[in-house]
Amino acid sequence: MLATAQTFTLDGIAARPVRVEVDVHKGLPAFSVVGLPDTAVREARERVRAAMVNSGFQFPLHRIVANLAPASLRKAGPGLDLAIAVALLTASEQLTLGALPSLALVGELALDGSVRGVPGVLAIAEAARERGIAAIAVPEENGAEAALVEGVEVIPVRSLDQVAALADGEWAPERPEPMPLRLGSPGGADLADVRGQRHLRHALEIAAAGGHSLLMVGPPGAGKSLAASRLPSILPPLAAEEALEVARIASACGRLDGEAAGGRPFRAPHHTVSPAGLVGGGNPPSAGEATLAHRGVLFLDELCEFRRDTLEALRAPLETGWVTIARSGARRRLPCRFMLVGAANPCPCGRGEADPECSCVPLAVRRYQARLSGALADRIDVLAAVRQPSAEEMGGPPGEASAAVRERVVAARERQEGRLGPGRCNAEMSPAELRECRLDESAAALLADAYSRRRLSGRAHDRVLRLAQTVADLAGSASVDREQMAQALQLRRREES
Amino acid sequence: MNGPRACPDCLRRSRLLAHLAPYIEKVATGSPGSRSPELLRLSNEDLAMAVAPKVAEQVLTQVAVVPERRLEEDLADARCWACCRHDERYPVGLRDAADAPWALIGRGDSALLGRLEPGEAVTVVGSRRATTYGRQVARELGRDLAASGMVVVSGLAFGIDACAHRGAVEAGLTVAVLGCGTDVAYPASHRALWRRIGEEGLVLSELPPGTGAWRWSFPARNRIMAALAGMTVVVEAAQRSGSLITADLAADLGRDLGAVPGPINSRASGGTNGLLAGGACVVRGAQDVLDAMLGPGVSMGERPGPALEPALAATLAAVEAGADTCDAVAEALDVSGAEAAAALATLEALGYLTCSLVGAYARTMLAVPDV
Repeated sequence: MLATAQTFTLDGIAARPVRVEVDVHKGLPAFSVVGLPDTAVREARERVRAAMVNSGFQFPLHRIVANLAPASLRKAGPGLDLAIAVALLTASEQLTLGALPSLALVGELALDGSVRGVPGVLAIAEAARERGIAAIAVPEENGAEAALVEGVEVIPVRSLDQVAALADGEWAPERPEPMPLRLGSPGGADLADVRGQRHLRHALEIAAAGGHSLLMVGPPGAGKSLAASRLPSILPPLAAEEALEVARIASACGRLDGEAAGGRPFRAPHHTVSPAGLVGGGNPPSAGEATLAHRGVLFLDELCEFRRDTLEALRAPLETGWVTIARSGARRRLPCRFMLVGAANPCPCGRGEADPECSCVPLAVRRYQARLSGALADRIDVLAAVRQPSAEEMGGPPGEASAAVRERVVAARERQEGRLGPGRCNAEMSPAELRECRLDESAAALLADAYSRRRLSGRAHDRVLRLAQTVADLAGSASVDREQMAQALQLRRREES
Repeated sequence: MNGPRACPDCLRRSRLLAHLAPYIEKVATGSPGSRSPELLRLSNEDLAMAVAPKVAEQVLTQVAVVPERRLEEDLADARCWACCRHDERYPVGLRDAADAPWALIGRGDSALLGRLEPGEAVTVVGSRRATTYGRQVARELGRDLAASGMVVVSGLAFGIDACAHRGAVEAGLTVAVLGCGTDVAYPASHRALWRRIGEEGLVLSELPPGTGAWRWSFPARNRIMAALAGMTVVVEAAQRSGSLITADLAADLGRDLGAVPGPINSRASGGTNGLLAGGACVVRGAQDVLDAMLGPGVSMGERPGPALEPALAATLAAVEAGADTCDAVAEALDVSGAEAAAALATLEALGYLTCSLVGAYARTMLAVPDV
């Protein structure tokens, strides 16, 4: 006899519908799974068999074929277990889903018949809604996550026999409470922890206000990582749609923590990360750190230690906000709009040449710093020279709290959106939009002077203009004045002469 | 004001050199090409006969029939100009040399020719295979000399030359004298520097646009460098370095000669230490050069920068006292990060400060005016 069940498989961060067809007919007892299953799916046979027996069902001693349609799509992960088991139960006439014709099932089976959580349930629930599926059975631990999606009934199941109870109409579960959606940054990290270091705080605020990428240079232990990790807390709160987007990515990558979803992510990959680890890759393609940092901050500590090809791989994604992974089988686009923050030491030993303790030979320093002017550095707008905070600063009062800074940042962003359109910021200004920047006469003269003395390249000129616009937006002024232009000139990333 | 001009005869002379270049290459061998300045003393006819007796007549006619308009068009096409020895803007220093080029082909703002006086120009040369020490000294020397208003002349070669140019172009005026056409970036890896000097300083040569580099043409351009400047400083040179030719030529012209001392056990400094032993002026920095040229006691930075408001003066004082980052300045003066940033950027724009790749500020030699 033939039976089918609806389920989904993850493809990158998107869910694709899969129809499980199970046929049970006479022949030597066998159980085969066809339709491009990966190892985890093929191993479902053993889990399904044990789960069925341990839940009190019969495992039919017939020839069983499970087909996963469409056959051309590669299926990955253990999330298909539940659907295969239910289709098999239906085909062997132990279960009738008559009342639930439009039910999709996802979940991994344990040998005792209980249902384990799987990644990507949020994306799966959304895909189910889009396909007009009425109800979706998900592992109980993923229930709160699936409940974030309106318009589809969510059935949290704990075990295989609960599905049988559901089919018989004996059990009518309640819709679980949706997981709270976080709009700000997770955790208690606050910018107040950055004491003193006014320039660094200023640079962080400007970078946050205009969405500019930032490079911090300073000795080890000066607080670069601390400052970077506080950056999400001064970024404007996410819109609900954006928070859902962040949650979807985290869910698909199995990184959703139990308490809340969304929030500005902060990702700090180690410098030994591979290009595939940073931007995504592999076969089947999976999301990298850049995608995990979507709508948040990607922090590259020890920027000079990263492999050159790894950093090169970031260029196109930074430009477009998308990672495109092309494989022979498929081409995938993953979102990655993040703020890039880099940190580096001023020289190989880290002390900086001005420090008498620094023992680096000039050639080594030059080679080290040359890595700061590579192709990726071209995308970095702001340079902050970080210095060890003095004893008074360390013992002094805490700095201004994140909330106050964020208020100014939000105001500046609103001004930018009013000018550039919703969701856009100064860092993305096109050359045509740059020409519309309003400069005071003295500000224009200062910029022209810096440009003509060849302290600036053409690209740097535009970069300064973007920064100046952000400084003016923060101050709430309609046009850039001389003081603001000077600040932008100081903050810009330096280029090798 | 009209640009400099060159008469057809002088331009034809430079064409002749380009035509004869392969023949001169054969004749002027020995210690590579060192005889070329002597050859270039000869008249057109004698030179052609000396280096290429078989084709002399043919080459001479070939050059003589080039129409005047063609000569000028070729220059304009290469975006160059020329200045011949009959023009009043022809650099004064070259008039002292018997073997001076008939015409100088130039690239860049021709008005800058006026600043090229022996009393205000220093030639900085040295080995192409320079040590880190040599490079560093060359760069600082170039920068400090240019900052104090001197014109830094060099040859755009690898090593010392390029470092001197780089230092100078940051702070003031520099002139590159090439052994090939001024529109040819040689060595090719210095193309960016060549372009920048062409835009902000001067690139000069006695050869017409499009001429490649020959072994003989480097000693030949050395004689131009030696004559242009009142003093020639050799930063680093081994025992038999080509830059010692420049030193000899400068000494022959009665110009001052300076050398930067190096370690006595370093092969790379053998030539410069030899010059010092022979009585060359010891150059420990730009001040030594200025002492030699302008008389002792004339200090650097004689041309002070623009006046400063009290806030800017305080910021400058903070940097001088050791606050090298924006953060340190903000703390030292107890001002906000934004104010410190604006003040530092203004001081940088005025030329009082420079900022490194990693955001560390350093004081330039520019002096603050007395109030």
